[in-house]
Amino acid sequence: MKKKNWLPEAVEFVVTRLIKVSGYSAIIFVALIFYFLLSEGLPTLAGKDKIALDSLLGTRWYPVEEYYGVLPLIGGSLMVTLGAAIIAVPVGIGTAIFIAEIAPRWARDILKPLVEVLGGLPSVVLGFLGILALSPFLRRFLDLPTGLTAFTGGILLGGIAIPTIVSVAEDALDAVPKSYRDAALALGATKWQTIWRVTLPAARSGVLTAVMLGIGRTIGETMAVMMVTGNAAVMPFGLSALFLPVRTMTASIAAEMGEVANGSQHYHVLFLIGIILFLISLTINVTASAVVFRQQKRSERILS
Amino acid sequence: MKHVYWLRLLVLVIVLAACTSGADSPTPEGPPVTTAYIENKGSDTIVNLALAWAEAYQGLHPEVRISVTGGGSGTGIAALINGTVDIANASRQIKDEELREAQANGSDPVEFVIARDAIAVIVNKNNPIDQLTLQQISDIYSGEISNWQELGGEDRPIVRLSRETNSGTHIYFLEVVLRLGQSDNTTLFSQDTLLLPSSEGIIAEVSDNPNAIGYDGLGYVTEAVKVLAVGRDLSGPYVLPSAVSVNNGEYPIARDLYMYTVNEPTGVVREYLDWVLSPDAQEIITDLGFVPVTKP
Repeated sequence: MKKKNWLPEAVEFVVTRLIKVSGYSAIIFVALIFYFLLSEGLPTLAGKDKIALDSLLGTRWYPVEEYYGVLPLIGGSLMVTLGAAIIAVPVGIGTAIFIAEIAPRWARDILKPLVEVLGGLPSVVLGFLGILALSPFLRRFLDLPTGLTAFTGGILLGGIAIPTIVSVAEDALDAVPKSYRDAALALGATKWQTIWRVTLPAARSGVLTAVMLGIGRTIGETMAVMMVTGNAAVMPFGLSALFLPVRTMTASIAAEMGEVANGSQHYHVLFLIGIILFLISLTINVTASAVVFRQQKRSERILS
Repeated sequence: MKHVYWLRLLVLVIVLAACTSGADSPTPEGPPVTTAYIENKGSDTIVNLALAWAEAYQGLHPEVRISVTGGGSGTGIAALINGTVDIANASRQIKDEELREAQANGSDPVEFVIARDAIAVIVNKNNPIDQLTLQQISDIYSGEISNWQELGGEDRPIVRLSRETNSGTHIYFLEVVLRLGQSDNTTLFSQDTLLLPSSEGIIAEVSDNPNAIGYDGLGYVTEAVKVLAVGRDLSGPYVLPSAVSVNNGEYPIARDLYMYTVNEPTGVVREYLDWVLSPDAQEIITDLGFVPVTKP
């Protein structure tokens, strides 16, 4: 058998290298994508296809006639994300609390996988649901001019964000030491008081991360949003705009990218929107991981 | 034991490889051996028509495979310029900048008018309005009129629906209806116009929402919505879109539909386009709600 010894060694050599390459590849890909975005998007701000800044900061988006105001698109994305947060944060945290603190063992074993299945639904399927069932319902129920609104998109995206929020927040709640709850209950607190005043604050940063990650998912979502938000590039003002059509950054890129002449002004502006999107989700993710980092440091402090 | 494992892996790889190559080249059964492919892409308005043609043509010439996809006129022409399709469908003429880009790529697109199309203005079945003038439609879409009451209808807000800006129909509607065909007119769509990504989306929303007004190629309009009669001015006549009213020029919102090829077509593509313009193929058009370009 000794003669064959080279084989496992060779395999090990190859596999180690492969794993190393795949490890580094993630970094390389992100760097390459960012470079690509920058090289295609920055000509909007400088160079011969440059668009004046006050035109970019205008409130009309109609690229056919060279109106490139991106503010309505940013506002639209924020509006839809706000709608999603309004739906997903209370429901998501509520579900997490129920699963972690209240539900009996068997309900917990069924609920958690089911919520995660919800996360696997393709967003285009949710879009169908939105266009055929949700938007007509909302139009009648809320007596809106049209059911294709930011709120409709928000509800669908809430459905996409909830599984993320539930999953991460439940883990955070679960990690709160049992002694905290025992102590609270021993002091005469009711179950609700224990959850609200002790468990939830103790898991605060984990829950916050959950919310951030959930919202991070919604801002980049495209298909469902494009199908149900109406895509009217109106500058949203105030909360009432939640019940009006909006056009998001993602939907604009998806709808218009196929049309643009390669290298034209419009093409570069779409990449600039891509950069803005990238920066927004980067900020959200970095904030989320900073919160986690702080939590780790604190728990280390407690342990020491 | 180890090499049994490796052997199994090897067999698995071979089987998988056999599977994929099998999918690439289906074993020829009988005479229909495909010898030529035509890639056909573009306007969503034309896609149903192009599909019907492709099916009929493949029935006559089993050796030719035609793949038809939509995506919008701009998408089709972009693909033509990039050289990924043989024929681009467009519901508008090629733009100057696209033409320049194609020429920069060393090709010289050739245009074929393959059918005519009426654009129907549609509202919900429960909307009492039956007819509008071009000026009124223009005022609705530019935002001048935003309640149906101003047009003699119910007291409801008007929800304006349009195709996305990558649609040839959108551009045509902007030029011919919104701007009434005047080249110095710079009217724009009202900002709160909903831009829906598909014809089906417009039909779905109009058939459900009594506030909505939309427009779409006549070929897409279904029983679920009401088609408005359109007049050039208030004195009329108000005309419903049909093959007859398009051909005699009475219906004001009608346009040509195009196919573009990279250069002067040859071989299979040429034969296909010749067939498309033949009376046989043009007869198929009528069933789909389009208007033939050649008189039978």
